[in-house]
Amino acid sequence: MIYIFQQLLNALQLGSIYALIALGYTMVYGILAMINFAHGDLFMIGAFFCFLIAVYLHLSFVPTLLLSMLGVACLGVLIERLAYKPLRNAPRVSAIITALGVGLFLENFTLALSPYPQHIPELITNTTWNFGSLSISSLQIIVIVLSLVLMLVLDFIVHRTKTGIAMRAISWDKTIVPLMGVPVNKIISLTFAIGTGLGGAAGVMYGLAYPVIDPYMGIMIGWKAFICAVVGGIGNVRGAMIGGFILATVEIMVAAFFPSTYRDFVAFSLLLVLLIVRPYGILGKPQPQKV
Amino acid sequence: MSAKEALLNVRNLNVAYNNIGAVHDVSFDVREGEIVTLIGANGAGKSSILRAISGVIPYSGAITYRGNDLKQIPADQIVARGIAHVPEGRGIFGNLTVLENLKLATWQRKDKEKIASDFERIFTLFPRLRERKKQLGGMLSGGEQQMLAFGRALMTDAQMLLMDEPSMGLSPVLVRDIFQTIAEINKAGKTILLVEQNANMSLHIASRGYVLETGRIVLSGTGKELMGNPRVKEAYLGG
Repeated sequence: MIYIFQQLLNALQLGSIYALIALGYTMVYGILAMINFAHGDLFMIGAFFCFLIAVYLHLSFVPTLLLSMLGVACLGVLIERLAYKPLRNAPRVSAIITALGVGLFLENFTLALSPYPQHIPELITNTTWNFGSLSISSLQIIVIVLSLVLMLVLDFIVHRTKTGIAMRAISWDKTIVPLMGVPVNKIISLTFAIGTGLGGAAGVMYGLAYPVIDPYMGIMIGWKAFICAVVGGIGNVRGAMIGGFILATVEIMVAAFFPSTYRDFVAFSLLLVLLIVRPYGILGKPQPQKV
Repeated sequence: MSAKEALLNVRNLNVAYNNIGAVHDVSFDVREGEIVTLIGANGAGKSSILRAISGVIPYSGAITYRGNDLKQIPADQIVARGIAHVPEGRGIFGNLTVLENLKLATWQRKDKEKIASDFERIFTLFPRLRERKKQLGGMLSGGEQQMLAFGRALMTDAQMLLMDEPSMGLSPVLVRDIFQTIAEINKAGKTILLVEQNANMSLHIASRGYVLETGRIVLSGTGKELMGNPRVKEAYLGG
């Protein structure tokens, strides 16, 4: 019983990171109907920013996190302006190929600067509390709580502020939004900033939990987070969070009770079945007819 | 008419899509307090004219509002200057509630107290919207969506409203209501540029009108003059 609880706690930690990355995919898809396949690599950049700031500027955890998020957000906005905006009216496949290209660029640019895996220094003194056979680390608590706070803030922005109304309006029909007096390009930039900033935060937290980082670390995690977003219902913010926790729970539980090599096989099989049953994802809705 | 009194001047407007001209050398004026209507068949270029004024499509020629050139001004700033566009097909955000649809239109405004009283005014003008304010825009009927589209334009606090085919797809009874509402909005002080295929109803409420054929203005006059014009009668008023 305690073993299961321990695994659930681990799932919560991994799920928080998946969910934070999945939010970036879902926000960009929601607003531009485009999959930003460079997002996993922006997550990796977040971890590298964390490494650079911690090693060269010797800052503590909070400023490192904030600066890394800011750095990744700026990079996200820049990528949108330079690479995606010119293709906004081009066929969708062009934008997707561009996103893959941007991802490869980020990986290889990082590889050129840092050919070897890097080690992030310990930014938080990690204490572990033991309750019988259950162990909880302070890092685990920080990752889970911080992710939940970021998700609550985002949920508030999307559902309760005028900016959030504008984001949802753009996802419905972006040709009408300027007629309401809303500067569409600014809202799109802001969406990229928030989405990629959250991915950057995930990179920092992942880097603290698993301190050896390399330029390809974003590929597999990026794909998994993308699947989380699809499972939750792409374009749906709450769905992305739910998807993150579901995938992490399945992965951790499979590894806990079966040979760990079964992990991805079982996880992806379950997801395929889920998509057959609910092709729009858990919270996604079939696109209603526009009148 | 002197150009100075006019709220909106359009001079030698040309609009083209992929090098195919949709609007050719169109010039007209709208003075403060008027309802001016552009009538013409489908594809005559009426919507393109409105979209050029709102800054959502490129054009050549000059459009000035209160004496200021509107070229190079982004669409959201044109709303801030006082021109609101009620788009063809109403453009309601089906995933937003009625209240959110209205709130979004106040984006350029800072006058919180006046916004609150404008909400009240719109809910008095359209009681159906008050009843349905928590419902999604996509759940409204066509007539209710048109009310919401008008409500949004009013919430921008623009002086001038561009209306693109507000009667489209509505039942005859609703069409009459819609034109009555347009007249009321005008009486309350708004200047209106109305694009319509329903020439009869729009000439009835219009101060002046222009007839468009394949992107060119072929006739102009007061609403009454145009209604009496044999050419208009034959082509647009069903003999």
